[in-house]
Amino acid sequence: MITRVIVKKATYRDSISLMKISNTISKLPGIAQAAVVMGTELNRRVLSEAGFAGAAIGRAASVDMIVAIEAKDAMSLVTASTEVDRLLSPGERPAGEKAPPASLEEALEVLPDANLAVISVPGQFAKREAMQALARGLNVFLFSSNVSREEEVELKRRAKDKGLLLMGPDCGTSIINHKVLGFGNAIRAGTIGLVSASGTGAQEVTTLIHKAGLGISQAIGTGGGDLSEQVGGITTIQGIELLEADDQTDVIVLISKPPAPSTMRKVLEVARRCRKPVLVNFLGGYVSPRLLGKLRAANTLDDAAGLACELAGGKRRAPADTLPEATISTAFAENKKLAKSQKYLRGLFAGGTLCYESQSVLRPLLGDVYSNAPINSDYKILGEAPSKKHACIDMGAEEFVEGRAHPMMDFGLRNLRILQEARDPETAVILIDVELGYGSNADPAGQLVPVIQKAKRLAEKAGRNLPFVASVVGTEGDFQGLARQEKALSDAGALISPSNAQATKVSALITSGGSIEAKIREGPN
Amino acid sequence: MPKKSKEEKTILSQKLRVVSIGISTFADDLRSQGVEVVGVDWKPPAGGDVEMSRLLERLGS
Repeated sequence: MITRVIVKKATYRDSISLMKISNTISKLPGIAQAAVVMGTELNRRVLSEAGFAGAAIGRAASVDMIVAIEAKDAMSLVTASTEVDRLLSPGERPAGEKAPPASLEEALEVLPDANLAVISVPGQFAKREAMQALARGLNVFLFSSNVSREEEVELKRRAKDKGLLLMGPDCGTSIINHKVLGFGNAIRAGTIGLVSASGTGAQEVTTLIHKAGLGISQAIGTGGGDLSEQVGGITTIQGIELLEADDQTDVIVLISKPPAPSTMRKVLEVARRCRKPVLVNFLGGYVSPRLLGKLRAANTLDDAAGLACELAGGKRRAPADTLPEATISTAFAENKKLAKSQKYLRGLFAGGTLCYESQSVLRPLLGDVYSNAPINSDYKILGEAPSKKHACIDMGAEEFVEGRAHPMMDFGLRNLRILQEARDPETAVILIDVELGYGSNADPAGQLVPVIQKAKRLAEKAGRNLPFVASVVGTEGDFQGLARQEKALSDAGALISPSNAQATKVSALITSGGSIEAKIREGPN
Repeated sequence: MPKKSKEEKTILSQKLRVVSIGISTFADDLRSQGVEVVGVDWKPPAGGDVEMSRLLERLGS
């Protein structure tokens, strides 16, 4: 084997383009592994863990590109390097075709009446681009993460002053006038409007509403920091007011991790003034009856979708939190197959909100759970550290995405983590979420199935049976195909649940069996 | 009270016309939904030097 590492100074491509190039090069004949990445700290660490050593990697900066290739022979290496250069070159443009605009200014010459900027540049450059867009009168969908709270406040105040909406930073999902921005699913049009500080939360609720036969008017993403004390819910309040005035919206659903107390008061005061029914879901966060007033509250995302449908005139369905008897039996059967050492639940999430929701569901069942994004800060572990006891890891947290595509698109790091958990004799069950739709990988099951099979084989060789539980966020309209994805995962031996809340309960039952049966049967917790 | 003119319609009642800066697949996904999109071939300003770009930003503002 021979390896080659090249650092291209001040050379930039976005993380998804680079992921595609890495995948293409990895599949070339004679190539053992290849990575073309920006030189962020995370990527440098991943490269060194993959066996690429050398001072060049250490000297690379986050704005430099690293090309790392391990090949069986020199010929394969040269071929692969040439192919990298070809894929990185801009390519020939047909005669007469203009180069794409290189700036917002140039883009506005092509589309002078643009009304929205979708911005997904690295965090350190995001404020500058967003400020320019606001100055030109554009609303902003700011996907970029790693933007400071101070910058967020400045951007949002500027937007509000100009009567514009700034969704983000770190905004994963919005649906505006039935068009998905960022990550999102094929959802039918309807009368339920969302304001969501969480991208996957919005995806989970909108897909469950769709599956229940109803639809969405708008889903306004605010970014996860909006309900912090500093930001004070600027975008959330704008969103609630917009939906209250929106002719298409009859019911308003507000989704967020538990807000800062002062911000919760402010936001709920605005919500209570609405004429339209408002439903809040703070993912298990407590809201006092006085603050809630006439508003409705839901515990889980699943519950929020069910209640929203009811408020929008849909049929009352069975309480979503209740597990069917057959599911309980299956979970018990899996529990009986566990070896003595298999004591702990391990959740590996692409969706940050789902990671949080699982912790909230698990808390009354198994107690507090270790996490890189814990509900209880006493249970904080580093994302890159091995799991400890019951653990839920948010693989989309900032430490895993600096210079890398989001785990809904790039399965690399979560797949490595799945194998790591499978080798741990204490792992009882692996709980995962899978997101379909715009922005996500073209075939998530195709990425996961070989890894699930390998993980199961690893455990089996060590005398253990390793169950997987998955929930798939998606609709039949998503291009990846919901039924096809669920079938592929099921064929690989994963138990499929209709929502993350249910998948979490199934995983808890597998882990602890009869000892928590009564709590599960009590229903919503 | 500001008077409501046609220009003051909110984004919720406007047809989306988007400038996409960054990840090209976001622009592709919007195009596939029938949205008018112009993608910007974005590169870090000042060759990727964050300090320099902050300085330029201050000078420009």
